[in-house]
Amino acid sequence: MTLWVGVLLASALVYSWKLLGHLIPERFVRNPSIRSLAALLTVAMLAGLVGIQTFVSAEGVTLDARAAALVVAAVLFYLRVPFIFVVIAAAAVASLLRMWL
Amino acid sequence: MPSEAQSVRAISFGVGFATGLYGISFGALSVAAGLDFWQTMALSLLMFSGGSQFAFVGVIATGAGVVPAVLSAWLLGVRNGFYAIRLAPVMSLSGILKPVGAQLTIDESNAVSLSQEPDLPKQRQGFWLTGIFVFLFWNLATAAGALLGSAIGNPADWGLDAAAGAAFLGLIWPRLKESKLLLLAVVSAFSAVLLSAFLPAGIPVLLTAGVAVIFWIIELLGKSK
Repeated sequence: MTLWVGVLLASALVYSWKLLGHLIPERFVRNPSIRSLAALLTVAMLAGLVGIQTFVSAEGVTLDARAAALVVAAVLFYLRVPFIFVVIAAAAVASLLRMWL
Repeated sequence: MPSEAQSVRAISFGVGFATGLYGISFGALSVAAGLDFWQTMALSLLMFSGGSQFAFVGVIATGAGVVPAVLSAWLLGVRNGFYAIRLAPVMSLSGILKPVGAQLTIDESNAVSLSQEPDLPKQRQGFWLTGIFVFLFWNLATAAGALLGSAIGNPADWGLDAAAGAAFLGLIWPRLKESKLLLLAVVSAFSAVLLSAFLPAGIPVLLTAGVAVIFWIIELLGKSK
């Protein structure tokens, strides 16, 4: 398989999940317990992504500047600092720590 | 309330911008993995799902070949299907808006929409604005990253990798006031990190779906009593 075929095939496959979810009959997804499951799935998977983005690297599980950035982000979110400033602060913390350490 | 409607706009813009920062590292990493400029752009325009895109170029970079790259991207994309199931009754899309909305169904648009529950118009506004902002910033940033790849050096030096974790934390933050969801988030994050020590990239995030199902069953059992 050439790289181009792979790029296009994988894109189509990823899109098929997105479309499939929107095509499932409404009477099925209107069920309150199914909606509750969908909300739980979202929180679980996004939290999983937070963990992986912060503590996993190509070498495996690691504790590095990203962990400090996440702690700073959590404190700033707690203090109700606007989203965009928190994200910039997180990047700055990680960047400065890597420069100094 | 205009001030609250504005805050949906501000959140959507902020999420789009943060994702853009992350997109620069995607563009740079993709070119470093051996994809050319247009292959990199095709992934951001057509696949448009960060996790799947990073998995695709990550596997290519290891030299494992195109077929494992396609399979990893496909597997990782399944969570967008779960998001779409949640969004379908909220958005009630029809006609051309259905395939367009489907393409914008990603972590960020779903999360901003979820953060506006139970207000239906704001959930819809959050989905569309975030989807569109992320699409614009993600693709512009991918192009910049692919072109500047060698010039910016290692994206991690700029802390661009840390921006993503902070952004995802911000998206679930409003939900964490509920102690059950806070517990779910902690258990999911912990399991995903732990499983990453043993399993290939992409699989641990999918397995957090199992954690959600366990919490769901406990919730159902609690209600039936």
